[in-house]
Amino acid sequence: MNEILDKIKQKYDAKDVTVERDRLAFLTVAKDVAIDAVTYLRDYEGFSHFVMMSCVDWMEDGKYQLLYLLHNPEKKVDVGIKTYIDRDNAVMESAHHLWKQIWTYQRELHEAFGIDFPGSPRVEENFVLEGWDDIPHMRREFNTKEYSENTYFPRPGRETYDPATYMREKLYPNQPVTAKRKDNDK
Amino acid sequence: MSEEKDMNPKVSEMLARSEANAKAAGKKFVRPEDEEREVVAPDGSIIKVNPIYDYFSGARPTEEKPRNGIVEKFLNWARAESIWVLGFGTGCGSIEIPPLVTPRFDMFRFGVQMRPTPRQSNAFIISGYLSVKTLKRVIRTYEQMPSPKYVLALGSCTINGGMYYDSYSTINRLDHYIPVDVYIAGCMPRPEALLAGFGKLKELIKAGKAEKANEYARNFDWYKANQKKIVKDWNMPDYNW
Repeated sequence: MNEILDKIKQKYDAKDVTVERDRLAFLTVAKDVAIDAVTYLRDYEGFSHFVMMSCVDWMEDGKYQLLYLLHNPEKKVDVGIKTYIDRDNAVMESAHHLWKQIWTYQRELHEAFGIDFPGSPRVEENFVLEGWDDIPHMRREFNTKEYSENTYFPRPGRETYDPATYMREKLYPNQPVTAKRKDNDK
Repeated sequence: MSEEKDMNPKVSEMLARSEANAKAAGKKFVRPEDEEREVVAPDGSIIKVNPIYDYFSGARPTEEKPRNGIVEKFLNWARAESIWVLGFGTGCGSIEIPPLVTPRFDMFRFGVQMRPTPRQSNAFIISGYLSVKTLKRVIRTYEQMPSPKYVLALGSCTINGGMYYDSYSTINRLDHYIPVDVYIAGCMPRPEALLAGFGKLKELIKAGKAEKANEYARNFDWYKANQKKIVKDWNMPDYNW
């Protein structure tokens, strides 16, 4: 495991190396060498299984964080390659030539976050939503409650209670509130 | 072909409108399997098929007036004893339906049974949350069921959105899209609650109050407007059965 990490650190100038467990580690590399690192792991280090690809929205930093998680079935180790891309101009090199299932992941990310993967097959097609015409629904500035209220005829009269407060008021009105409970309410 | 097109002017209008919209959005309107094409018949002759015109009637639903007195009562009694449910699970609540066909709950003793196709069924259980994508299929399926037909809405999600009230992809109130006869509240309602719902539906049918299919025909434009507000890629006839 450490050998692999050292090699990638040297070859691709990886930062933020996080070793979560003996068999799981994450590295952050620059955007333009991320696919190279994934290809290197697949072709030279035996990471033949592509586990998943995902995206985290760091809205405050103006970045999307992409993760490519790979598995080596012989050594039973997992390595995640992370990379940051610009949020407003979200374009990432496509990796569909490495594993076919990456088509689907990239299609999903294109719909959910609006990330463009030039050259990825069928990337423009609908993934789970049909005829979506708002901003990509997983971007954090998308207000799902507001959208729902404007679109789906909310039934009036719906109220929400904090379960702990509500139960105390209804079931134990005379019981004094302890200091610990006060903390919990906050 | 041309005769059928003339018989359904509403469909032609609707299709022309949708096609124009699709063209404006730079999208293709019909799915490949719905495209007009030529097929070879078993006897070797070549026939033209146009699935959207061939398979659907574009006629609006019409209200069905009740028959005279005792005849209607007899019919309602008969209808109440034959509730055939469409096997279409739309959400998590569909997991409560399989126990009903087991000896423990046994819905057959109430004259309720499951059918595999909308053409053979008269009751539709909307089981739980309903996403917009599923709603499109639900509308098509509901309209293909023969009248009189009944809808049971299962779970809180169909009443006010339930725990998905703030979701961008699930609807909040089912009764704005298709008419609902009986609500079964709960998250999740147990199979006993479903049986109670069937009991309530039977009471309504026997009392002649389960007339929601007629209500759908009466308020057809309102329902269609609501449906089209959220089903953005409307690529089917307005009324299909």
